[in-house]
Amino acid sequence: MIKRYIPSFALALGLLLGTTAAMAEGPELASAGNNLRDTASLQRGAHLFFNYCVGCHSLKYMRYQRIADDLGLTEDDVMNNFNFTGGKIGDPVISHMPPEDAQKFFGKAPPDLSLEVSAKGADWVNAYLNSFYLDPKSQIGWNNLVLPNAAMPFPLWELQGEQVPVMAAAKPGDDPQVASLKLLHPGRLTPEQYQQTTRDLTNFLEYVSEPAALQRRHYGIWVVLFLLAFTFLAYLLKKEYWKDVH
Amino acid sequence: MANVFSTIGDWVTERAPGLMPVYRKHMTEYYAPKNFNLWYYFGSLALLVLVNQIVTGIFLTMNYDPSATGAFDSVQYIMRDVEWGWLIRYMHSTGASLFFVVVYLHMFRGVMYGSYKQPRELVWLLGMLIFLVLMAEAFMGYVLPWGNMSFWGAKVIVSLFGTIPVIGKDLVEWIMGDFLPADATLNRFFALHVIALPLVLLLLVVLHLAALHEVGSNNPDGVDVKHGPKGNRWDALKPADGIPFHPYYTVKDLVGVGLFLAIAAFIIFFQPTLGGWFLEHDNSIAANNLVTPAQIKPVWYFTPFYAIVRMIPSALGTAVWGVLGMFGSIALLFALPWIDVGKVKSIRYRGTGYKAALTLFVLAFLGLAMIGTDMTDELFPKLFGQDIDITAWDNNFGRVLVLIYFGFFVFLWLYTHLGWEKTKPVPERVTTHD
Repeated sequence: MIKRYIPSFALALGLLLGTTAAMAEGPELASAGNNLRDTASLQRGAHLFFNYCVGCHSLKYMRYQRIADDLGLTEDDVMNNFNFTGGKIGDPVISHMPPEDAQKFFGKAPPDLSLEVSAKGADWVNAYLNSFYLDPKSQIGWNNLVLPNAAMPFPLWELQGEQVPVMAAAKPGDDPQVASLKLLHPGRLTPEQYQQTTRDLTNFLEYVSEPAALQRRHYGIWVVLFLLAFTFLAYLLKKEYWKDVH
Repeated sequence: MANVFSTIGDWVTERAPGLMPVYRKHMTEYYAPKNFNLWYYFGSLALLVLVNQIVTGIFLTMNYDPSATGAFDSVQYIMRDVEWGWLIRYMHSTGASLFFVVVYLHMFRGVMYGSYKQPRELVWLLGMLIFLVLMAEAFMGYVLPWGNMSFWGAKVIVSLFGTIPVIGKDLVEWIMGDFLPADATLNRFFALHVIALPLVLLLLVVLHLAALHEVGSNNPDGVDVKHGPKGNRWDALKPADGIPFHPYYTVKDLVGVGLFLAIAAFIIFFQPTLGGWFLEHDNSIAANNLVTPAQIKPVWYFTPFYAIVRMIPSALGTAVWGVLGMFGSIALLFALPWIDVGKVKSIRYRGTGYKAALTLFVLAFLGLAMIGTDMTDELFPKLFGQDIDITAWDNNFGRVLVLIYFGFFVFLWLYTHLGWEKTKPVPERVTTHD
């Protein structure tokens, strides 16, 4: 009886997963390749964030205490290395920069990054951090392939170096489009090291977007296994009860 | 121990002698056909999800702040600072989507096996009312996190009422309590979502079950066990092909519950957003009336109906036709028992025309869902070339699907009222009797 349905269910499941996977791709961005289980990467990402980003960007939903607990750091580590505003360990991460100043400097207050990866995706954030290039036409001197006319000057330029665009051949009358980016002046890191750096930073921001992700993966497997075992027992019970139904 | 229970039982029975008969009528002496198949799990699963939504909803309410300034922050507070808050919220958000999964499958079962037909019209009507209230409940719940998609979704859906001639504009303001979705809107949607609609939903579910138990359950063969031979192991006057709901179907449903919960747990713990299908990326940005999301579209479960609105063009200077089409598409489902008057219930014994029409109807429904979710924006260029006009393709394809959707009901009316259907012989009893 049940066997008759297996092909249809397999087909339905396949279609569902297939379309979900196809939809999740969205625009073509390289995979960030980050891994939330890599605690060392999360710690490096946190250091990068607090060295290069927190000057302007807050994580208003993220508390210092939670970072210490989840990333295996001591309270002293976090208070000495990450907390530049004199906040308490239970306080959220709020940038030093007054919003009015930020508005003046950049024309737009730097966004809070607590939910950046939830909103844009890890691949987007990683690609964004790899796509800055020198642009003399822009007021801040920088532009970005993923987010054209981004208001942010490139904060990691010392690490990556300076990229310049390689223009594609344009049809007559059209503006030439950027085809790819080329490293003009290397920075302190090799391209491989820099990619690992942005991967770490992206990883940290993904963690910040949903700290519970660490917990749910930890518990999830046991919950699912328990429920499958329960289903098996329920099936045996059903078989026993239904023995006399013909 | 057993003694204590029976003493308490006797004590209650003495004071409320009517209770046990009610229990027996609906559980141990409700004789359900013994040939239920996989499709019959979804009713009990819908009830399970309803309970889940109410219980998790209560805990969410304890920490949620229904104000335009506090709502978004309070959801993050639940996700980060409330003990197990993330689990409660993911159970609620996953439950919302799975509610529609099981309800759509439950409804399809009813259509496929003719469960809406005489004498179960009332069961069907109450079920359709549940579906309607569920849609309102889901829509208002979707607005509460006050993300940017909540805001713009609310704006677009409420604006549908603005297409009504003369009173439309005032009606929209009356619904929102403001010129935009705002604090007043959020407050009232919260009240409706947590109190008014759940009460209505619960009442309708009780009536749906009561109406069902008056007439008895249909089954995959569509033959009424009440009209078959009498006498089973428990009662000489009850249907021979019926078995007591409890314990037979309670233990059977337990298997379905286990598997369903395992799937739900997998989603909750490993894919709570389901790639943006259950929780959308744009809703991680707080509501902002100055920033429009790139694509405004409803959650997946509303997309077939949303596509119907989009596909029906304006005419005579008003866009109300699309909205009428959407409500009409649901109204026709209400009228199904009177549109389809074929005597044979189950698809197993119905004419080829019916099977073909139902297949087309399902494909049209899924196709409209694909248009409503904008999946076709990626699919069409892949299939038909990069330089096609996607909007034109969407419209042409979608309008054919809308015609098929409505055509199903027209066909069914002609097919059964004019006696075109060539049915197969229906067995006297359910096919799995001994």
